[in-house]
Amino acid sequence: MAIVYQKSKGLTDKEMHYCPGCTHGIVHKLVAEVLEELNLLDDAIGVCPVGCSVFAYDYFSCDMQEASHGRAPAVATGIKRVHPNSPVFTYQGDGDLAAIGMAEIIHAANRGEKITTIFINNAIYGMTGGQMAPTTLIGQKATTAPLGRDKDLCGGPVHMCEMMSAIDGAVYVERVSVNNIPNLNKAKKAIKKAFELQMQNAGFAFIEVVSTCPTNWGKTPVESMKWLEENMLPVFPLGVYKDVEEVASK
Amino acid sequence: MAMELWKGNEAIAEAAVRAGCRFFFGYPITPQNEIPEYMSMRLPQVGGCFLQSESELAAINMVYGAAGAGARVMTSSSSPGISLKQEGITYMVGAQLPAVIINVSRGGPGLGSIQPAQSDYFQSTRGGGNGDYRTVVLAPNTIQEAVDHTQMAFDIADKYRNPVFVLADGMIGQMMEPIEWKEYKPAYTAEKEWATTGHKGKRPHNIVNSLFIDAAGCHQHNLELDKKYKAMEENEKRWQEVGTEDAEVLFVAYGTPSRIALSAAEILKAEGIKAGLFRPITLWPYPMMELREAIMRPSVKAVVCIEMSMGQMVEDVRYAALDKKPVSFCGKAGGVIPTQYEIAAAARAALGR
Repeated sequence: MAIVYQKSKGLTDKEMHYCPGCTHGIVHKLVAEVLEELNLLDDAIGVCPVGCSVFAYDYFSCDMQEASHGRAPAVATGIKRVHPNSPVFTYQGDGDLAAIGMAEIIHAANRGEKITTIFINNAIYGMTGGQMAPTTLIGQKATTAPLGRDKDLCGGPVHMCEMMSAIDGAVYVERVSVNNIPNLNKAKKAIKKAFELQMQNAGFAFIEVVSTCPTNWGKTPVESMKWLEENMLPVFPLGVYKDVEEVASK
Repeated sequence: MAMELWKGNEAIAEAAVRAGCRFFFGYPITPQNEIPEYMSMRLPQVGGCFLQSESELAAINMVYGAAGAGARVMTSSSSPGISLKQEGITYMVGAQLPAVIINVSRGGPGLGSIQPAQSDYFQSTRGGGNGDYRTVVLAPNTIQEAVDHTQMAFDIADKYRNPVFVLADGMIGQMMEPIEWKEYKPAYTAEKEWATTGHKGKRPHNIVNSLFIDAAGCHQHNLELDKKYKAMEENEKRWQEVGTEDAEVLFVAYGTPSRIALSAAEILKAEGIKAGLFRPITLWPYPMMELREAIMRPSVKAVVCIEMSMGQMVEDVRYAALDKKPVSFCGKAGGVIPTQYEIAAAARAALGR
């Protein structure tokens, strides 16, 4: 019988620890499939963050480094300078990248590091149990914002793609989601393009994935997808925020 | 071979390059700026990479990435910058990554001063970051030794897969002295099979990591690290003794004050007082038993510990003396350097003269 679908060789057989309905598993799968399809698994070196995807080093089958909180882009910089021809990527959540690691991501992008960053934005700290993230929406409740995020007290959600697209060294910036099949396909295409641009030495590429956290949102997986569509997508609009190739061809 | 006049910081940088260091990540801070400046000029000449990071935090994490990727890599900083690097240093110990860290130390606490000081002794020898960990700490007192220590540090780092410190006070970094460039031969050359270099489909994936989420697993990891610390204690202890055989007063000092102590010994000699010097060369592992042996010699009536701090190593010296011999302290902090006259006076006072 013909094989019509199988797990990517980019993933190990390790059982994932992610909660039911969490989109980390889907995004892992997309990254793994892209690495396999582009024939990059032999050379790829990934860097995982501190947060829910801290164990990603056990799930991706390529060589992996585990960084301290927020420093994945600096660690990836060190790796890429040693292995300039190898695909290097970071996989980071919103607390890791947009709070404690803001300096590292901005400067890696500004240097035009030839790396790819996958940014998971689920508007909450997952691993530590539902605290307010830099991307938490105004009014969204969190364990450290029991009455909901108050803009006067702590500002509004950080818009990473909008910020990254203003940086010269970033050549490709797209915000995607995996909330339905068309968007999942777009997300995979975006991740693929980011790695292709890296292998062409074009510069830094940034893919934000608007994601869910049913456990800490206190919702079922289905309710979470609906909440994401109704509340997150209006604040974090999907789309290509920067494509240097497109700019050049105009 | 001919002697050449070199500034300490530049000599340290050149020594690293000659030891095969090809990657340097750093951030400006006085009084170590000549190291990154020299590296920015020199590393491209040998096919290496110098990168000025956005912060000390980023620098040490770039070092983590490069070390994990199998490179010989170094960073340098000075006291407040080293504080910022502690996060990466404890992660490197946990992930078992070799690297060399130069601390051209200055006065503290806080922003302190930019003049030479030794107030980072606790931070260097007790592990400034979180967790149970140790790093070998080499403390040169000449530019020649700074060169030799820097090169040796790479071999020690590779041998144990652990970061190694060269703690050169600001005087060693800024001073010029004649040195001899000896031919460097690596003392440790094993392949870094654990490094993340891309598995090429030929081996299971390598993981560089300091997370052991299961308590028993983390305990086991600590036991394995501890074996390395014990091996370092066994193999890496270094010290120097000058005139300790029949000394009445025993000076204990490292780095710059160890040289001034020898000038004080000359002054005392003219007065008929025999002074000797015990100089720890590795601050960790500390030559505790060797120091105790020197202190316990019958001729020794008093021990004087000299530091450019308010008294940090003196705690180890007191421990070595076991309350059997009087230990006094002569120190200046914040960038003030004790003079030979002050040290000689401290010796006379310790002897009750």
